[in-house]
Amino acid sequence: MSTTPLPLYWRPPPLIANARLRWCLIGGAGVYLVLAFASLEVNWQRVLEGLPRAVRLVAAFFPPDFTSRQADIIEGMIESLTMTVTSTVAGVLISVPIGIGAARNVAPLPVYLACRGIIAVSRSFQEIIIAIVLVALVGFGPLAGFLTLSFATIGFLSKLLAEDIEDIDPSPAEAVRATGASWLQWLNYGIQPQVMPRLIGLGLYRLDINFRESAVIGIVGAGGIGATLNTAIDRYEFDSAAAILVLIIVIVMAAEYISSWIRGRVQ
Amino acid sequence: MGAAHPTLRLEQVVKRYATGDLALDKVDLQVPAGQVMALIGPSGAGKSTLIRCVNRLVEPSSGRIFLGDTELSALSRRELRRARRRMGMIFQEFALVERLTVMENVLSGYLGHVGFWRSYFRRFPRAAVAQAFATLERVGLSEHVDKRADALSGGQRQRVGIARALQQNPQILLVDEPTASLDPKTSRQILRLICEICTERNLAAIINIHDVQLAQLFVQRVVGLRAGRVVFDGSPDELDAAVLTRIYGEEDWTAAPRRRGGREEDEDTLDVDEERLAGMT
Repeated sequence: MSTTPLPLYWRPPPLIANARLRWCLIGGAGVYLVLAFASLEVNWQRVLEGLPRAVRLVAAFFPPDFTSRQADIIEGMIESLTMTVTSTVAGVLISVPIGIGAARNVAPLPVYLACRGIIAVSRSFQEIIIAIVLVALVGFGPLAGFLTLSFATIGFLSKLLAEDIEDIDPSPAEAVRATGASWLQWLNYGIQPQVMPRLIGLGLYRLDINFRESAVIGIVGAGGIGATLNTAIDRYEFDSAAAILVLIIVIVMAAEYISSWIRGRVQ
Repeated sequence: MGAAHPTLRLEQVVKRYATGDLALDKVDLQVPAGQVMALIGPSGAGKSTLIRCVNRLVEPSSGRIFLGDTELSALSRRELRRARRRMGMIFQEFALVERLTVMENVLSGYLGHVGFWRSYFRRFPRAAVAQAFATLERVGLSEHVDKRADALSGGQRQRVGIARALQQNPQILLVDEPTASLDPKTSRQILRLICEICTERNLAAIINIHDVQLAQLFVQRVVGLRAGRVVFDGSPDELDAAVLTRIYGEEDWTAAPRRRGGREEDEDTLDVDEERLAGMT
């Protein structure tokens, strides 16, 4: 037995070892937050005046009116759904080769850099900015929406697919290579089965996102249900706007439910 | 073939990794057809590097490697692909493509012989399919042809791994720790199966293995590797305490198996140890 008594207390070592630095950082963050909130200049007078207006606005949404603008709503919905499906399919088809090229364990360095560049460009712009540019390029309507959503899908899907490929278990891929398989066969047997469930999941998730985005980019002129919604609000037809919002919520929830069911099936 | 004309010949093979680690230091080695050779040595001695240098999953830094008359170390990419068909490889963690069926995994051993579209649509030549069924029967998996690889037990998965290697109709098997993820009983069955098949088909084999006692039961020759050099090359009977010390370093080699009386009990003690180790990996 040892002569000195064993310690009875133990605490995990702190994240930042230097005690002075640690307390300076915590204190600094606290002071900054207090000052930042103080600088917001909330005008309580105006908040109070705004409250009844907010109540009136919300009240104007009820009851939602599905009938008086029914033709416009149906047309907008069909346009949005068409835009969503076509742009997701086109986006996925373009994303797969770019995603493969952007995986460091599969692609040679020049290809990798080029594909990562494409992804970076696609990801650096929010959908609305792309939509504004494309509406200026190809005019108002669903073509601009289709192009916007396809472009945005590439950045999203290629990046996540590339990361999934980089995370695969390398040993089955090594085993397939050791049999004398060609590069394409190696992709098809060693890599694809490992990333397929995730690719399907991401594709469905993107379908969901593209539908929601199609409602937003319609507001800047890229067609679809967003354009219908924008018109309804501009005309102060809040009950029709409410009907559109209800439909968007229902479709997003249905898409969510269906996609999670499918994702559960393809593991 | 035979001893005069070895299946595999390594001459002065050196592998130095980009990190500067010298994994193989001028290794000379010959393996004749039909011989099963165990390659033992401590972790990091270069066993995995050695078998991966043969099929050039790892590129040797210098030296020459021959399979029959082909100098593997001098092949172009395309020629290498063709030569890899003649070398079957079996892995520690089985390295199966888990979401593919047993049959697809076995037929992936035939990829070097078919074009991309045939393999993409899984339209393999009839002879290859017939061979795959025969091999699956030989390794005892006829019942599981259409199951996904991840639905099988460890021993069954390794049998699929063996069938995949055999589907290549190889001249040599490169076997990397085939039993390290298996329980003691399955380990014996798998190693016995590999050795039987090598005898049936007059195949050469290099088996990397940590379990010296297990290797001694089945192989005809043992090569000891330490720090990238061959420090022992002989029959399994010659492995005594002095040799083990030369390969692995100082340790009381006589103690473990003879703790208690009879021979039977010795083996039980060993199995328990092994199970504990398997649980840790």
